[in-house]
Amino acid sequence: MSDHAGPLPVPTPETRRYWEAARRHVLELPRCRACGHRFFYPRAACPRCLSADLEWVQASGRGTLHTFTVVHRGARDFPLGTPYVIAIVELAEGPRLMTNLVDVEPDPARLRIGMPVEVVFADVSADVALPRFRPARA
Amino acid sequence: MTRMRGRVAIVGAAESDEMGRLPHKSAFALHAEAARNALADAGLEKDDVDAVFTAGLWMASEAAEYLGLRPRYVDGTQIGGCSFIAHVEHAMGAIAAGLCEVALITHGESGASRVAMPGMRFGPDSVRLQFEAPFGLAGPPTGYALAAARHMHEFGTTSEQLAEVAVATRKWAALNPRAAMRDPLTVDDVLASRMISWPLHLLDCCLVTDAGGAVVVTSAERARDLPKRPVYVLGTGEASTHVIVSQMPDFARWDAARIAGERAFAMAGVAPADVDVAMLYDAFTIVPIMALEALGFCKPGEGGPFVAGQRTAPGGAFPMNTNGGGLSYTHTGMYGIFTLIEAVWQLRGECGARQVPDCRVALCHGLGGMFSAAATLVASTDV
Ligand SMILES: [Zn+2]
Repeated sequence: MSDHAGPLPVPTPETRRYWEAARRHVLELPRCRACGHRFFYPRAACPRCLSADLEWVQASGRGTLHTFTVVHRGARDFPLGTPYVIAIVELAEGPRLMTNLVDVEPDPARLRIGMPVEVVFADVSADVALPRFRPARA
Repeated sequence: MTRMRGRVAIVGAAESDEMGRLPHKSAFALHAEAARNALADAGLEKDDVDAVFTAGLWMASEAAEYLGLRPRYVDGTQIGGCSFIAHVEHAMGAIAAGLCEVALITHGESGASRVAMPGMRFGPDSVRLQFEAPFGLAGPPTGYALAAARHMHEFGTTSEQLAEVAVATRKWAALNPRAAMRDPLTVDDVLASRMISWPLHLLDCCLVTDAGGAVVVTSAERARDLPKRPVYVLGTGEASTHVIVSQMPDFARWDAARIAGERAFAMAGVAPADVDVAMLYDAFTIVPIMALEALGFCKPGEGGPFVAGQRTAPGGAFPMNTNGGGLSYTHTGMYGIFTLIEAVWQLRGECGARQVPDCRVALCHGLGGMFSAAATLVASTDV
């Protein structure tokens, strides 16, 4: 299953839940009970109000392509092979994250900022699944 | 805030003896050359220095030790390549508060040859390695490409407009004997260069070099007793909004630059139209375009049209990056100090073939991280 030669994420106490959910192919986000803010990346305090009263909510896994680049000179040992697409996805819930756009031609002319995308998990090791995104199918 | 205006001056500014690819010199050797040259330029002795400011992955005190200094004030603020511009602001505060009198702001980096450079080491549980590295983030070009693509999408900025920056900057470099890249360049050359991370081509990206640079800052009173004309610091600003790429608040607008610039202009009592030479950190061609917008030289989204027609080239209406910039002169990794050096030399009228006529007000503006931080400085030989 492993298609990832590079360093894999090692969770911290505040991110463990995120990576455990990803391993089950579920995208979860922290939400602040004090102010309602949903945010990425997971932290031990809400970046809007600093409250530690946080909960986890399941994200829809849907969003839009906020911006992207087609990488021709890539990271060493990166398994996708150049050219590959790094994207910033704005989730339907609001937060943005970095990811790869997959199941597309890595051609800027065929990608459109604003296009709907959906999460697809890649099992890159026995312990880690990475949330990547593809053009929405529904 | 305006009470800080003109309280301190940059009295010395210098590069290292050599710049370029220097495998025979360590990063600290480059510090030493630049510091020695800047002090000589200031007409000051090593023992006059009582404060050291530097940025890097070392402790600031390591540079001080190497230089044989025992400062009573040390500042190692590290917010990326603009740190040295922020250091001027910090030195201004410390000098005005009476905590020190002669501040050495020093930079040495073996960016290309990597001699005695500390490594950028992040653990696999760091935020970067958890949330960005697994997706193949391949260094700075990738991150800047994400901003450039969004800027193009929102405002219609074109690859040709980005290339105009590289071409104009190369023309300035041709006038600077110390610039690394001096051969003529065309927009077509830029567009034909290898794609690194779409939409950024190789020639949209800065150089990677070995070099040092340093400036000396002291009180306006002491500056008046020194041999060269003081370059007074009229206004400063700095800001930090995020670090990792995904946390950039707005991929088409440089928020940190807007915040830093507003304060620098307000403190200086100067408007963008008053600026005679602009030194805008150009790690990538998109960066000065977004700086021009954030600093108010043009409206948001108009940075592309602003630089069109070689407006920023020698003879153009808007002299920018007259040393040849990070794109063609030198870029060690943390370029900010070189904006200060060139601004000082322009204001003193020491720039020879590339001298901007009647240069009274200079603006230096630096970049940190992924549009993460910014520092701005307005300076003049007139208070
Ligand atoms: Zn909150």
